[in-house]
Amino acid sequence: MPTEGPRARPVERLERPLDENAETRLHRELERTWYVPRGVVGWLSVVDHRTVGKRYIATAFGFFIFAGILAALMRIQLAVPDNHFLGPDLYNQIFTTHGTMMMFLFAVPVMEALGVYLVPLMVGARNIAFPRLNAYSYYLFLFGGLMLTTTMLVNSAPDAGWFSYVPLAGPDYTPGKRSDFWAQMITFTEVSALAVAVELVATIFKCRAPGMTLNRLPLFVWSMLVTSFMVIFSMPAVVTSSTFLLLDRLVGTHFYNPAEGGDALLWQHLFWFFGHPEVYIIFVPALGIISSIITTFTQRPVFGYTALAMSVVTTGFLGFAVWVHHMFATGLPQLGLSYFTAASIVISIPTGVQIFCWIASLWRGRPRYPAPMLFVLGFFAIFIVGGLSGVTLASIPFDLQVHDTYYVVAHFHYVLIGGAVFPLIGGIYYWFPKMTGRMTDDALGKLNFWVLFVGFNLTFFPMHILGFQGMPRRIYTYPSEMGWGTLNLLASGGAVLLVVGGVLFVYNVVRSYVAGEVAADNPWNADTLEWGTASPPPVYNFLHIPIVEGRNALWDRSVDAPVVTGIRSDCREVLITEVLDAAPSNKTEFPGPSIWPFLASVVTTAFFIGSIFTPWALPVSVIPIAVTLIGWFWPKSPEKDAPGARKSTELREARA
Amino acid sequence: MSAQRRVLDVSMLPDTGDFGHRGLVWWGTVGFMVIEGSMFVMVLIVYFYLRLKVAEWPPSLPNPDVGVGTVNLLLVLVSLIPNALAKKAAEEQQLSRTRLWIAVLTCIGVANVILRAFEYPALNCRWDDNAYASITWLLLSLHTIHIVTDVVDSAVLVVLVFTSPMTRRRFIDVSENSLYWYFIVAWWVPIYLVVYWAPRWL
Amino acid sequence: MSGGARFAWQRAVWELASLEVASLVIAGCSGNQSMFNPQGPAARSISSLGWTLLAICGVVYLLVMVAFFWALARRRLPSDDAPETTRALTRNVTLASIVTVLVLVVLSVASVVAGRGLTSPSGPGALQVEVTAHQWWWDFQYTDVTPSDYVTSPNELHIPVGVPVVLKVRSRDVIHSFWVPNLHGKRDLIPGQITHTWMQADRPGVYRGQCAEFCGHQHAHMAFVVVAEPMDEFRQWIAHQRQPASEPATDEERHGRDVFLQSTCVTCHTVRGTDAGSHVGPELTHVGSRLTVAAGTLPNTRGHLSGWIANPQAIKPGSRMPPNSLAAADLQAVLTYVRSLR
Repeated sequence: MPTEGPRARPVERLERPLDENAETRLHRELERTWYVPRGVVGWLSVVDHRTVGKRYIATAFGFFIFAGILAALMRIQLAVPDNHFLGPDLYNQIFTTHGTMMMFLFAVPVMEALGVYLVPLMVGARNIAFPRLNAYSYYLFLFGGLMLTTTMLVNSAPDAGWFSYVPLAGPDYTPGKRSDFWAQMITFTEVSALAVAVELVATIFKCRAPGMTLNRLPLFVWSMLVTSFMVIFSMPAVVTSSTFLLLDRLVGTHFYNPAEGGDALLWQHLFWFFGHPEVYIIFVPALGIISSIITTFTQRPVFGYTALAMSVVTTGFLGFAVWVHHMFATGLPQLGLSYFTAASIVISIPTGVQIFCWIASLWRGRPRYPAPMLFVLGFFAIFIVGGLSGVTLASIPFDLQVHDTYYVVAHFHYVLIGGAVFPLIGGIYYWFPKMTGRMTDDALGKLNFWVLFVGFNLTFFPMHILGFQGMPRRIYTYPSEMGWGTLNLLASGGAVLLVVGGVLFVYNVVRSYVAGEVAADNPWNADTLEWGTASPPPVYNFLHIPIVEGRNALWDRSVDAPVVTGIRSDCREVLITEVLDAAPSNKTEFPGPSIWPFLASVVTTAFFIGSIFTPWALPVSVIPIAVTLIGWFWPKSPEKDAPGARKSTELREARA
Repeated sequence: MSAQRRVLDVSMLPDTGDFGHRGLVWWGTVGFMVIEGSMFVMVLIVYFYLRLKVAEWPPSLPNPDVGVGTVNLLLVLVSLIPNALAKKAAEEQQLSRTRLWIAVLTCIGVANVILRAFEYPALNCRWDDNAYASITWLLLSLHTIHIVTDVVDSAVLVVLVFTSPMTRRRFIDVSENSLYWYFIVAWWVPIYLVVYWAPRWL
Repeated sequence: MSGGARFAWQRAVWELASLEVASLVIAGCSGNQSMFNPQGPAARSISSLGWTLLAICGVVYLLVMVAFFWALARRRLPSDDAPETTRALTRNVTLASIVTVLVLVVLSVASVVAGRGLTSPSGPGALQVEVTAHQWWWDFQYTDVTPSDYVTSPNELHIPVGVPVVLKVRSRDVIHSFWVPNLHGKRDLIPGQITHTWMQADRPGVYRGQCAEFCGHQHAHMAFVVVAEPMDEFRQWIAHQRQPASEPATDEERHGRDVFLQSTCVTCHTVRGTDAGSHVGPELTHVGSRLTVAAGTLPNTRGHLSGWIANPQAIKPGSRMPPNSLAAADLQAVLTYVRSLR
């Protein structure tokens, strides 16, 4: 262990408050230190979490729109029986890309992006931990997503479904590069997501403002913590499965080839071991958004903080215990399947507890109903339907009838759109003032809600019935004699409303960004730390790092609440605190803008895409990858404690 | 006279990060270890899953030769000594000892990588022979990627400790690198056992 | 009436009847392929369970929504901030959670009970059929003591009423799923594995089934029919299916057979009793007597069959059957021949 002598301790003191001139000088110096570079090279060198977070969110919504258009095309094709709008090959590419893009390029990245933007602010930090890794993960996500989008535009999109079962997706039945693009897109997004997960865990555990004990963590931060752990433990399974698929397709391995000792079901086990936590990775951050919004718009601390935090943790654990419920029809032994029924039923309990706690919060508080709140209320009406249909799917006999039918399509859209997208849109409306400094048009936001709410239910509720009537999933057309035409037409009609709702959302966001009413620091009178700084926050987030005195940081703050001093403002010095009680522990210097993450991501992208086409990509890429990584980690001079560096005391005297 | 404000003065805290879990780098390293460890667990589980699918193991192929693999295992176990010494020297911020032991560690690591290249032919199979061959090659290659990466990392650190002005931050980097080398050695043991002995025992 | 005319008349009647039945079959006549129109004990078990589950879910949803709206709409009181209120709320949330657990237990019990109705009731002497799924058609084979008595009936599964039938299911290529909602839940067919399922129909009828696991281009057109008939009719049917192809009776049929045997048809299709012996595609020995063509996609009429043989890619793009370039007269002859293979 380190032998550096007794550990230094922070000192509580009374001090002369800074006068206006001193505050302005501090602001200018911090602004200079934490600057966000401009210009082309500057734009590519940004490591600031807010900028990267906004890019991430915008890019994810770009993929959302593209995938939504694909869905609209599907609904046109399915609106009437025996339709010839899309042939089977194109339809199969479209439904595969729709699902793949929504799950991997929208839902997970956008939730992580919200975390990237909000978590450092909510815990009182100046940036996210490992800021260059953050930039790198954004570029990888962008490039992987662009790769997939391009395949859709050149008739080379994957067409084996978003979960790409083998042997259909294997070398024998999907020739060409389609499934290779799919599998490699997984690699891009999974590396990206894992990087962000590690950053979030480090930020949440080690970069909190003093006084923010785990017991005082905002519920959104709890959600992002649990989500990050789920990412860390689940993504390796999909890395493994997609690597096996790529190797089978490209170099002749036999992981999934039953003729040579491989197993087709192995894919399903590996994929769903990841796939089920994946949906909780999407859903759990939304739970945090809901708690934030309910707290603010009832103007009371949320009811059942401990129960809510524990529920989220429990859900995170249980999410790993249920994956076989996607495989009930495969003929696995009955005893094993029964366990998974039990686990799949049990996992609904913590979510139920959360819903009851929120209803109690609504009961007790004084709700107001601006647009963000409406979207959260919409969650209740929609998600609960999906949660209940999910419980029915846990029953094996029932599942054997509705599995792989439109009942399942209805179920997962109810839980994903009701449980994640509605809270997400509410969250965007809620945090828009903070991110952009402008208010959105609330009346338009409310209209947006109603259009989406009605459109959603019109589109997806009939699908439950279509499932009962025997309509399987993933069919590009159906005969008119089956009697499925009316409900399909209704669903397609509802989809029109969804498109209108999407357009309304984009319009509201863009217009408000350009011409919305200027926002105050805390227009909603919310309680979390991000609302305790300007809208949008300055580049250094907080002029003074606050000391947190309660669970609702801004509401519990006393009039003369202390702040942290002694952190250098002439370099990117950051306070590192202890895991449990956020006691100050040491300081470190965060890196500033750097072009290396971008360069590394370009080289990595070239390697990932190249390796689909030739095994030479590996040896050829090794040197450039090594070069960019070494350049990235090579120390910049001068270093703080190198001989000749200025001492901290000199600086403090200079500042005061 | 203006009122006083309460402050928490942290200026005397160490300002170049910290060793171990108190510092930030440790969390990044451990996070990476957990991720890669989970992958190893997955691949090992797949190995045994595939084993249960067939009657004979390895199916219609000879067992791997244990010679080179065992020598490499012993060598990497030996490397634990310079690794521990490098870590300790770094945490005590002793420059000359740090230089010595990280250099020794890196040399052994390079030898490990060279020997690893000879382990592949000793597997007595090609990756595309059957599922057993595929998973065996993958298991070994997954580990190979990790040792190669860490040996390169150690080599870069060797250059840094011998050339740059040595700072506390560099000592922390050496300490974290040693932590990661422990991870690589720790996983080497079960992977060695599975690759070379599972075909004989199962 | 001359022999030829009688044949024509019989053929016309047969055609009309098949069209009727086939349309009904493909139609599904509202309720066919619906899980809530059970026609066998397994499906009935699941159907009852389904209604139970939906009823419970409906009640739960209603209760939660009522609580939800009441929470929003209620008049706020000063006592809301009191500690007693917090305690009362805690009690209510706990109570709701406990009730949730109880409801879930009830649900689980219902599921287990229904599950018991799904275990195969058949004994060692049960009828066994081997199901092999291909991209994008079904092969049903009735095995027997003597291999030469095996019966193959692609895309049309005949079963005797009131008797459990054990199905040994496998796939030739990718994962498919065998599903007849009126009779039972589905079973995935995984290449490299053989699994078992079963079915039993209570009443005579024609039930539609469809592949339920995405299997490529024509997953949407991979259906089949299950014909449940009384035992003696079933035995008659099996006996007839054992016979090799009927000899052509007319000149046109003979000409059709000649064209058939000289064209690409024999690359993929078997007609027992002729030299056509390939097993790539469905066996055609008794294709004329089947209700549907192209895996449940088309009724088995002369017109539809003509369209299918001339250009399958227009009906099932991506399927393995290539378009045909037979001269018109030859095509008619082949049609006549093929439709005579009852």
